[in-house]
Amino acid sequence: MRIRRLLVANRGEIAARVIRTCARLGVESVLAASDADLDSLPARCADRVVRLGPAPAAQSYLDPAAVVRAAVAVGADAVHPGYGFLSENPALATACTEAGIVFVGPSVASLHAVGDKLTARSHAVAAGLPVVPGGEAADLAAAQAVAAEVGYPLLVKAVGGGGGRGMKLVRSAGELPGTLAMAVSEAAAAFGDARVYLERYVASGRHVEVQVLGDGVSAVALGDRDCSVQRRYQKLFEEAPAPAIPAHVHAEMAAAALALAAHLGYRGLGTVELLYDRDRQTFSFLEMNARIQVEHPVTEMVTGLDLVAEQIAVAEGLPLRLRQDDVALTGHAVECRINAEDWADDFRPAPGRIDRVVLPVGDGLRVDTHVQGGSVVPPHYDSLLAKLVVHGTDRADALARARAALELLRIDGVVTTAPMHRALLDDDEFAAGGVDTAFFERFLADRRAPAGVS
Amino acid sequence: MDLTPDDVRDVVRALDSSGLDELHLELSDLTLTVRREGAAGWTAEQRVLRDPRIEPEVEGGAEPAAADAPDRPRADLPDGTVAVHPPLLGTFYRAPAPGAPPFVEVGDAVDEETVIGIVETMKMMTSVHAGVRGTVAEFRTGNGEFADTDAVLLVVEPAATS
Repeated sequence: MRIRRLLVANRGEIAARVIRTCARLGVESVLAASDADLDSLPARCADRVVRLGPAPAAQSYLDPAAVVRAAVAVGADAVHPGYGFLSENPALATACTEAGIVFVGPSVASLHAVGDKLTARSHAVAAGLPVVPGGEAADLAAAQAVAAEVGYPLLVKAVGGGGGRGMKLVRSAGELPGTLAMAVSEAAAAFGDARVYLERYVASGRHVEVQVLGDGVSAVALGDRDCSVQRRYQKLFEEAPAPAIPAHVHAEMAAAALALAAHLGYRGLGTVELLYDRDRQTFSFLEMNARIQVEHPVTEMVTGLDLVAEQIAVAEGLPLRLRQDDVALTGHAVECRINAEDWADDFRPAPGRIDRVVLPVGDGLRVDTHVQGGSVVPPHYDSLLAKLVVHGTDRADALARARAALELLRIDGVVTTAPMHRALLDDDEFAAGGVDTAFFERFLADRRAPAGVS
Repeated sequence: MDLTPDDVRDVVRALDSSGLDELHLELSDLTLTVRREGAAGWTAEQRVLRDPRIEPEVEGGAEPAAADAPDRPRADLPDGTVAVHPPLLGTFYRAPAPGAPPFVEVGDAVDEETVIGIVETMKMMTSVHAGVRGTVAEFRTGNGEFADTDAVLLVVEPAATS
C-alpha cells in the first residue's frame, strides 16, 4: 500500500527528521503534537498538525489511544513512531493494525520477540549468536544459582527494560539479596513487569551495534556503529564504522545480526546491540532495538542511504531496494549529541527559551535539530537539542572536521553540552579510538580533579 | 516551506564561488542568513516563520490544559513559616517510586539536608532538600504536579533556634 499521509507520532529532532523525508518523497506529513509542542519547529515544518493531548507524555506521546485517534481523525494511512515513547510498544502497533493504519515499524510479533529481553536472548541463542553468560532470576535462590555460574561483578537487568534503563551492578554475593529485591520492585514500578535476569558484567566492554533493514523475507546489514561514549548509559557521541575492530570481526558481527534478522523474519529497521570485549576481541548479543535509533545519521552518512525512506518503503510492503552487495561504506562519520544540560554542573538539565541558533553548513556536515531562534525547550521531555553529524574521509578527518564545526555552532539562550564535546574531541585517549563504556566517567573524573579550572 | 539542508548547501556553494561573504534572505515565511566565517567554513541561521496549521479538535481527545494554572496562594505563608521551592522547574514527586512511601509527611521533622521529594526535569531526577530545620506544616504541590521554580512545594515550621 502506498503511504500518502503519514502521522508523525513523536517530537523533537526525530519528528523534524521524518517530516523532511516525507517532504522529499511527496508524502503529506501530519505532526501529532502535545500542547507543549504545538508551536515547535517540527510543527511549523509539517504540512499539518493535530493536537495529541496535554504536555505530560503519559497523556500524549505515551498514549496509544490518543495516537490512533489522531491518525484516524486526520485520515492518515500510516503512523511513524520515531524512537522512544511508543516506538516499540506492541499496543500501538496492534491498535494501528486494527484501525487499518500502517505502523512504520516491525510486526507485532517482532516487537514482542525483542521487547522482552529474556525472549530476545533466547531468540539470539536460537539464531546462533553468542550471548553474555547469565539467566533468569525468578527468586533469590535462582539468582544465586545463576550468579554462581556467572561470577561477580554482575548486572541485574529488568526483562522489560532496555536502552540502559533498569540495570543494577552487583559487586559481590553479599550485595545480591538487597540489590535483587530493589531491582524487582523498581522493575515492577517502572516497566509493569517485575521479572529480572542476571548477566556477567564485562568491565572493559564497548557498545557496538549493527544496523539491519529487513522486508520480512530478507535483510541487509548496513554496517556497524560504536556508541561507547556514555554517561549513566545515555549515549553522548556515536560513530560509524566502529573503530579499532579487525575486519573479520566486523564481518562476523554483520553476519550475526543478519542471522537474528532472518530468524525473526524481521521487517523494518532494527539495531542489534552487541557488547564488544576489547581484551578478547569477541562480541556478545545484548539486545535488539526495533525502531530507528537516535544515531542513525552516522550510518546514513557512510552508506549514502535515507533510512527513513527505506523504513517507509518496507512498511508499504515493498521488497528491499538493495542487496547486501549494494551496501558500500565510505569514510567515517561521527555524531555529537548537543543536549540542553550543563556538564559543568553535573549535567543539570537546562530547559528554557532559545535566542539564536547558528549552524555550520557545508559538504559532509549535517545538523538535525528541532530548535531555532525563539523556540521554547519544554521541561517535560528529553534534553536533546541537536545532533551534529560530520562525515570525513577517515576517522581523523571526521574528528578534525567535527572540531571545526563545533566552533561554528551556536545555540544561545540555554546551556548546552557543546563545550563537553569540544573537550571530548581534544582528549588523546578518545582520539586514539576504541574507548570502552567506562571511559567517559574516567574522562569526567580526570577533569574534575584539577579543581578551579573550567 | 523551509529550505532543506541540501538547498542551504547549494546556496553555500554558489556563494563560495561568488566571493560574497554573506547572504540574507527574507521571505514571508522564512528568514535565512548564510555567512562566511573566515577560513573556518560557513554558517546558516534559519528561522521558519510559518505558523503551524493546526487541525480542529479531535473528538474524544483530552481537554486542552487551562492556559493559566489556577492561582495558588504562593505568597501567603503563615507567619514565621518557610516555603520550600524546587531547585529547578519540573514535575514534583513526593515518593522515590510509584507506590513507595512518601519521603516526608505533614508533622515530620526535617533538617537542611532532608530530601522532601524529587523533581523530574527532562527525564532527569533531582532531589529536593528542605533547606531548613523544622517540621513539615503542609504540602502545597501535589504528587505528579508540575512546579516552576517559584512554586511552593511544602511549608516548613522552622525549629526554634537554640
